[in-house]
Amino acid sequence: MEFAVLLLTPLLGSLLLAVWGARPRAAEINIALSFGTFLAAVAVTVRVINQGNLTAANEQFFLDPFNVFLVTLTAFVGLTTSIFSRPYMRIEMEHGRLSQGRLRLYHSMYQLFMTMMLVALTTNNMGLLWVALEAATLSTVLLVTLYRTPASLEAGWKYFILCGVGIAQALFGTILLYFAAEKVLGAEGVSALLWTHLAAVKGELEPTVLGLAFAFLLVGYGTKVGLAPLHNWLPDAHAEGPTPVSAVLSGLLLNVAMYAVVRCKILVEGALQSTLPSKILMVFGLLSVVLSALFLWRQRDIKRLFAYSSIEHMGIIAFAFGMGGAVANFAALLHMTVHSLTKSAIFFTVGHAAQKAGSQRIEDIRGLLSLNPTIGWGLMLGSLAILGFPPFGVFASEFLILTTAMKQEPWATPILLLALGVAFAAIFSRVQSMVLGQSTGKRLPHQPALLPVFAHLALVLLLGLYIPPYLADWYRAAASMIVGQ
Amino acid sequence: MQHTPFDLQLLNACAAILLLLSFAMLAQRRIVALVNLLALQGAMLFIATMLLAWRTGQNHLYVSAALTLGLKVIALPWLLHMLIKRLNVQWDSEPLLNVPGTMLIGLVTVVFSFGLAQPIAELASTATRNSLGIAVAVILLAFITMITRRKAMSQVVGFLSMENGLFFGAMSATYGMPMIVEFGVALDVLVAMLVLGVFFFQIREQFDSLDLHHLESLKEDQ
Repeated sequence: MEFAVLLLTPLLGSLLLAVWGARPRAAEINIALSFGTFLAAVAVTVRVINQGNLTAANEQFFLDPFNVFLVTLTAFVGLTTSIFSRPYMRIEMEHGRLSQGRLRLYHSMYQLFMTMMLVALTTNNMGLLWVALEAATLSTVLLVTLYRTPASLEAGWKYFILCGVGIAQALFGTILLYFAAEKVLGAEGVSALLWTHLAAVKGELEPTVLGLAFAFLLVGYGTKVGLAPLHNWLPDAHAEGPTPVSAVLSGLLLNVAMYAVVRCKILVEGALQSTLPSKILMVFGLLSVVLSALFLWRQRDIKRLFAYSSIEHMGIIAFAFGMGGAVANFAALLHMTVHSLTKSAIFFTVGHAAQKAGSQRIEDIRGLLSLNPTIGWGLMLGSLAILGFPPFGVFASEFLILTTAMKQEPWATPILLLALGVAFAAIFSRVQSMVLGQSTGKRLPHQPALLPVFAHLALVLLLGLYIPPYLADWYRAAASMIVGQ
Repeated sequence: MQHTPFDLQLLNACAAILLLLSFAMLAQRRIVALVNLLALQGAMLFIATMLLAWRTGQNHLYVSAALTLGLKVIALPWLLHMLIKRLNVQWDSEPLLNVPGTMLIGLVTVVFSFGLAQPIAELASTATRNSLGIAVAVILLAFITMITRRKAMSQVVGFLSMENGLFFGAMSATYGMPMIVEFGVALDVLVAMLVLGVFFFQIREQFDSLDLHHLESLKEDQ
């Protein structure tokens, strides 16, 4: 019941907003729908905590500790982003960058995007997972090109083609997976792609086929995660779209794609009886961290800067999942949570800072602290949090990942530390120049909504200081599930 | 399993034609002809699926064949032709590589594909397992078509040809995917085309052309 509400609220909402999306109060309806989705997510979570795993719709959908935590996170960030986007989009309208029709497109696609991410997270069918991820891309392509500038069209085209080709590889991987599963589970096609069934028999799946399948799945879903060297679409799509879209792309879509990679990894590792997939994931992760740390130095656009930082953090998460083991998986899950919260908070402040300066170029943004202390402090604290300053949650998860790396993969620790240091210097120096100094900006025609920023940062701070026991249990349950015990 | 060689031969012929069409697409410069080749490829896929459905008696393959006919032989080529007319794009600009060069790379790709598909084909129990190499080759050739073209329209045709290869692969390895997945994939492809249609008009409105060299301004250090 709650589950149907969870998926149907945004789906019907997207239809409603396709009709209603430009009229007065559309932004409020958008918030209300996101709030409804969030309530349903909480209700579903409570049920999973009380009653354990559940399945729905003839086992096509299922919930376990791993995905239910991402469902709640997705619904929460979806809600706060909709709150943020209300004044943001109004200011964009006043600045003449958007028309009524495009606002309607934005509202409708926003809800559709939320639906598709929730479907991707909750589906039990590996084929449907593919369909939902592709649909999530398609629903955001026209959002990236919302401003119709040459740069945004280029970003949208890159996003469409690179993710399209990438995800076609993942489809081939899924076909191979089905091919192997069919031999064990029967050709009726009813259960052969259901993850719960696959996980039960993963030891019997043909290793050569699954090994090949994993190569295609990793390239396919890895493109969506933004793992280097498949990350080219990511900075462009983040920088050229409207900021609420950057926030959900970075905070949510990357997580969902990472979720897909981890689900596949569990199956393949069970079949191969080796840790080779984990090793590959680890190498990809490390490469992403190093490359993005270097690229951070060359960025002059504030949104591109934080887009590269997202690649870096996705690399850290991939590395942690690759190391495996209960502690590393726990840290990776925690890092997914805190990165998602922090990065979307940063994008909220960055959006308003760019509106104030009238430009996204870092050198044009000055004196945020004197101009608008809340935006300035929000950006400052958010950046400190994402850079892993204690006592924020990112510090806790990165600390866990680094200490585990010292024990399990000592060779990787210096590389990680060095890359983190380089990234720190790059981001910190740029943020400092934007926050301090003389102001140049103008007054905004509407009051920005900064409650989401501080709500996110407060949560990240809380997770750094103290993880409530039930939350820790929940992470532990998910982590041990990923280890496969 | 009792083999009736004739229909199997027909199936193999379909597979061979599919591969030939991929090569033809690799060499074709006129966009209208490229779309026609794509439609022809869809038609081959349709015939192959029908033959297989009849041969194996799997009813869901008929549905899959109907989907192929409706979407890949009729709807998408029609949509692309309409876009070509409305946007007035006829020729692709000079490709990044000349035709003989592309052909040579294509040949190497086919050999590589058969090597890649060999271990899987050995494990397959389907009658069509030998076509798996062709499916992989079609996918990779479509990929080459995409990377050697500059016009947005040709890249999209390459993308759809890749989709054809994927479907053919699913068919020859496992007699198709579960129905719900096939519907989902078909829906995604259709939506992708609609999004693209909108997108093309946006690009045109902005640049007066569909040549992708306009879309090369986003560099790392702008």
